[in-house]
Amino acid sequence: MGAFTITELVDTLRESAGEDEDITLDGDILTVTFEDLGYDSLALLNTVSRIERELGVRLPDGAITEANTPAELLDAVNNTLAETV
Amino acid sequence: MTAAFGSRRVVVTGIGVVAPGGVGTKQFWQMLTDGRTATRAITSFDASRFRSRIAAEIDFDAVACGLSQRQIRKWDRTTQFAVVATREALEDSGILGESVPERTGVMVGTACGATTSLDREYAIVSDEGSTWLVDESHASPYLYDYYVPSSMAAEVAWLADAQGPVGIVSTGCTSGIDVLGHAMDQILDGSADVMVAGASDASISPITVACFDAIKATSARNDDPTTASRPFDATRDGFVLGEGAAMFVLEEAEHARRRGARVYAELAGSANRCNAYSMTGLRPDGLEMADAISAAMVRARLDPADVDYVNAHGSATKQNDRHETGAFKRSLGHHAYRVPISSIKSMIGHSLGAICALEAAACVLAVEHSVVPPTANLHNPDPECDLDYVPNIARELPVNTVVSVASGFGGFQSALVVTKPGWRA
Amino acid sequence: MSVSPAHHANRTEADLRVAPVITGLGVLAANGIGVEEYWAAVLSGESGLAEITRFDPAGYSAKLAGQVDADFSALPNRLMPQTDHMTRLALLAAAEAFEDADVDPHQLPEYAAGVITGASAGGFEFGQRELEALWSKGGEYVSAYQSFAWFYPVNSGQISIRHALRGASGTVVAEQAGGLDALGKARRNIRTGTDLMVAGAVDGSLCPWGWLCQIRSGRLTDATDPAAAFLPFDRRAAGHVPGEGGALLIMEHPEHVARRGVDPVHEVHGVLAGHSATFDPAPGSDAPSGLRRAIEQALRDAGISPREVDVVFADGAGVPHLDAAEATAIAEVFGPRGVPVTVPKTMTGRLLAGGGPLDVATALLSIRDGVIPPTVNIERPAGHPIDLVRDTPRETPLTTALVLARGHGGFNSAVVVRRAA
Repeated sequence: MGAFTITELVDTLRESAGEDEDITLDGDILTVTFEDLGYDSLALLNTVSRIERELGVRLPDGAITEANTPAELLDAVNNTLAETV
Repeated sequence: MTAAFGSRRVVVTGIGVVAPGGVGTKQFWQMLTDGRTATRAITSFDASRFRSRIAAEIDFDAVACGLSQRQIRKWDRTTQFAVVATREALEDSGILGESVPERTGVMVGTACGATTSLDREYAIVSDEGSTWLVDESHASPYLYDYYVPSSMAAEVAWLADAQGPVGIVSTGCTSGIDVLGHAMDQILDGSADVMVAGASDASISPITVACFDAIKATSARNDDPTTASRPFDATRDGFVLGEGAAMFVLEEAEHARRRGARVYAELAGSANRCNAYSMTGLRPDGLEMADAISAAMVRARLDPADVDYVNAHGSATKQNDRHETGAFKRSLGHHAYRVPISSIKSMIGHSLGAICALEAAACVLAVEHSVVPPTANLHNPDPECDLDYVPNIARELPVNTVVSVASGFGGFQSALVVTKPGWRA
Repeated sequence: MSVSPAHHANRTEADLRVAPVITGLGVLAANGIGVEEYWAAVLSGESGLAEITRFDPAGYSAKLAGQVDADFSALPNRLMPQTDHMTRLALLAAAEAFEDADVDPHQLPEYAAGVITGASAGGFEFGQRELEALWSKGGEYVSAYQSFAWFYPVNSGQISIRHALRGASGTVVAEQAGGLDALGKARRNIRTGTDLMVAGAVDGSLCPWGWLCQIRSGRLTDATDPAAAFLPFDRRAAGHVPGEGGALLIMEHPEHVARRGVDPVHEVHGVLAGHSATFDPAPGSDAPSGLRRAIEQALRDAGISPREVDVVFADGAGVPHLDAAEATAIAEVFGPRGVPVTVPKTMTGRLLAGGGPLDVATALLSIRDGVIPPTVNIERPAGHPIDLVRDTPRETPLTTALVLARGHGGFNSAVVVRRAA
């Protein structure tokens, strides 16, 4: 299985939690905080649970609260993926 | 101006409780003051596939509680709890036959209504989600009563012979305070002389467990259920779902005096605020809860220094416990460091809309017995929750003024002030 | 102790009797979205009842509804995955009401504004989707938003967030009567310290699961002709058609209205002059229904006599014995054919909690324009002693309207609205 990408993450965010009209997700957002992207903890919970279902993985409970940016969340997902393989 | 609405005052003359650990007010109070916990592994359905598999369930014997087979078949568990608690409260107060039906009302709080029955009935008519059985005959004849929770208020009203204002107040986890505040207002402004009011919830069911799993709000301490609810403890990991009901007979003070009723306590003030911030999240500063506490105190014409005991929301989520600690400091000032504060959710879990009514019962009983119930399972206090949370052992002290608080989904923040009869000028 | 400016302590005895001023309306119904579109449809007798298209009603005994399909593009996209249809409608109504009142709640002092909504079953369509996920796939498929998207006070919570309302707020449930009770509760909040309240209800759950529940009330008509389906006070009455929608009102303390430079007489919709809620005696009792008492108490609360009421917006259950009981209560208070009676919900369906507030909004528009909207499709009146306004609007000067709502199980609620004076 390939690594989980920012494109896939953005798609999942849009689907699970919608998108703030005043903020673009199209540029380089890897290190922008989720707060600045308009997502609260509930939006992330909904997004992560979809990622978990689609990839068949389970992230450790702390992973969501510790991931403040897309880059950090991608790391958490891909580290978990690597461990499952 | 003497009170919010002229000179009328509201007193509690009857209490009825259905709670984890025992049905009846006596058992409830005994358990709380013993510091025993009623949290355990879920038995009401197979919870093995869920993240959180623990709850504070009631071993509820509906037949022993006097319900008929027809009532058991027809009523959701939430209504059964409400009716049994109401019967105890009515009997306790001796109000039946001594009130005018047109001047008697009913307000019941609930967060989830008949969710357990709706969950079960959905599984039946959808053949467990596999196919939709359109044929209406598959559906329970009582389905509509489950659909609109006001059916529960109607059952309580018939029992209480109430023909005044009747309804449901639903504000999620603050319902139990808001319903008492609303009932209180209706007595104060003359809409009724007697209100049978309280709250009930019985939603330990797959859909409820699943939706709290999804936001990781509930404790996953499945290997140690009896100590899983740990408010203000550094090792806490979320709340433990509970169920129950507490109902009260509230009366205009003069009405109670004229009929020589035993008065437990006075409802002296209540207030409700919204954080307008998040449907589930809390702003760390505790601003709105602090304002609700202050507003309820102003309404009761009492000062922070008067408060002898605070019944905390204490849901055992890190977010809540810190938010609440901040709110106490903001609203009570230095007195926050002196006043005993405890969370009975440590023992009976979090029964959502019902819990604040159960907590109000604990407040009334604390006033009655001059004892403050403890926070169980508190061994390693969270350093950021640096107030006196009455760890593990009940405390005897004079209790004249109590503040109870709650915080709920939707952003609701509520506070209730209960005083010893005759204490408040 | 820090105490916010809008507080009980600042209220006087006079405040405790004050009649709130209604300064804004937001309306959605099957025959019109937005106040003016709805009002034009009502005056032209245009009904929004039709066969359900939201889902396939084939196989169900009832097939008609007053469905509201609105354009949600004005709502933030972030709200879409977390809201039921009903909540989206409520958010549109709240925005319209604030715009109508010309007030920006973000500019108000802290805790000066709140919201009270009536509810019935919560966000049921959202709940159905999550129940389906739970039972067909498993708990891990349930949305993180389920914990609040279905619950009864969801509209109050979402409106409070969207419009920064931090004052006393909440939700009441009394089936169809709950929407009027919400106005009564909002009035209490204004009297005890909150300057402005959003109040009313927007409701509905047109989904297979909600439909099954409503059918099980035994009160839905199985008629298939929309023009001969919901017929209150008609000999052919055989149940009602449910609908979606409702109304939200902006209610304010008159001094607050004056403070923000609005003429509290000429630039407002009217005042909420009276409210009362009663409950029927237990089934099987000989005692009369509580509806008459609710009417009498609401009039007393408004400080007026029956003669001063110009029009009654009836509950109009569309069930023969309930219609008869309501007609009797009205005739007992006002005399036989003593006051014009109308049921514009014949054009929108019964909206659960939303119906009462929609009737209050309609009553205020009637007072504004001096015209009573019609009760449509009543071709064979059942012979009740009431003056039912049928077929076409009746023009007449109006000052005072009484609105009635009854909830399944015995709930009665009555509201009096008057032209501001």
